[in-house]
Amino acid sequence: MEGKRSVRMCCLCNERRASLSRPKTLEQICRECFYLAFEDEIHQIIVSNRLFIRGDRVAIGASGGKDSTVLAYVLSKLNRIHDYGLHLFLLSVDEGITGYRDDSLETVHRNQIQYGLPLKVVSYKDLYGWTMDEIVKLIGLKNNCTFCGVFRRQALDRGAAFLKADKLVTGHNADDIAETVLLNILRGDIARLSRCSSIITGEDGPIPRCKPFKYTYEKEIVMYAYFKKLDYFSTECIYSPNAYRGFAREFIKDLERIRPRAILDIIKSGENFRISTTTKMPEQGTCERCGYISSQKWCKACVLLDGLNRGLPKLGIGRSRVAIGCKEENESHGGKSIESKQCGSLDF
Amino acid sequence: MQLTLEFGGGLELLCDSKKIHNVNVEFEQQNGEDKLTMKGLLSWVRTNLIKERPEMFMKGDTVRPGVLVLVNDCDWELSGQLNTSLEEKDVVVFISTLHGG
Repeated sequence: MEGKRSVRMCCLCNERRASLSRPKTLEQICRECFYLAFEDEIHQIIVSNRLFIRGDRVAIGASGGKDSTVLAYVLSKLNRIHDYGLHLFLLSVDEGITGYRDDSLETVHRNQIQYGLPLKVVSYKDLYGWTMDEIVKLIGLKNNCTFCGVFRRQALDRGAAFLKADKLVTGHNADDIAETVLLNILRGDIARLSRCSSIITGEDGPIPRCKPFKYTYEKEIVMYAYFKKLDYFSTECIYSPNAYRGFAREFIKDLERIRPRAILDIIKSGENFRISTTTKMPEQGTCERCGYISSQKWCKACVLLDGLNRGLPKLGIGRSRVAIGCKEENESHGGKSIESKQCGSLDF
Repeated sequence: MQLTLEFGGGLELLCDSKKIHNVNVEFEQQNGEDKLTMKGLLSWVRTNLIKERPEMFMKGDTVRPGVLVLVNDCDWELSGQLNTSLEEKDVVVFISTLHGG
């Protein structure tokens, strides 16, 4: 069967050649209509979910990757053309991964210039005294994503606090959120399942976070960046090959191929979950050690760090007690041995 | 057939870290037709350009889910995916979306 080289016209404007097929709607549209539809949909999400208020200082979690670069670009543009009145900043986390993060940070520095947004970089080394390179050397390629994820979460909050930001935005897209819903089902993590598909999270924590790309397909983000020739960095983290998320991602991608709408449908399912009132849920408190939000006595970052340090002074994590006095408490508290749990079953 | 192939989104790492390849694809006539299709091209690419980890680029006959394909800057979904026929001097772009954002 021969594919014909006929020219298809854009189904929206019928003036220009169609350049892509939108997974969400299967519409065949031209670039210009695509830009407009893409940007306008994000604008509608922002407005209808009341993500921001005028005057908000908004930190954009920027890694130099495709999602955060497009997010910075689009948010700047919408802020301008729709006059949101936001003060936008780029916030980057340096986990200390040689050959991966140092390269992507260069991209963020370029973005800073290209989009004219002030940039703040926070590093694991400054905050915790450890780089991911050092952590992986110690614990290997198992559980390392757990460390990084926990540390990054706090690092973003610290950075946002430094910037006196009112909100934090991240570039998590529809594919990411669908993966997370699946992951939480597979792990039986009810607490997370009930929260993970919200467009705004952490309103009762240090800083609310929102995901304007919640309903935006990854394919469209990449196409947008490609056609607009946006500068981004694209390599998989060298320490991530065993991450459990990889399996969920593979599955989601296969699903998308069969029925692209499935991604949005999974998110909808995630939103519609109702947890029985008789189910016991972890209660939210604060970490005894650093004051960070936590459902246990110590927040996970403190527990992990303690496992790493065993007695070294903690750097930059709130008001740290003298390390030596803590030592006995560590053992009795049961600062969990970092080797004892399989990736994905650590409870936090 | 002279073609320009581009690899992005990390795929270039599979072909000697080279993003742009100007190639001359020799193909066999299939079923009496003398047109090269994307299906034929993919097979050629896997054999001739992909130097490592072919499973990152292809799954079965087609590209791995998560790899976007553009022929002359047009989504190949519009032209029949694997059945898209190619012509002299065409530009084919492969972009992987499978990495952090």
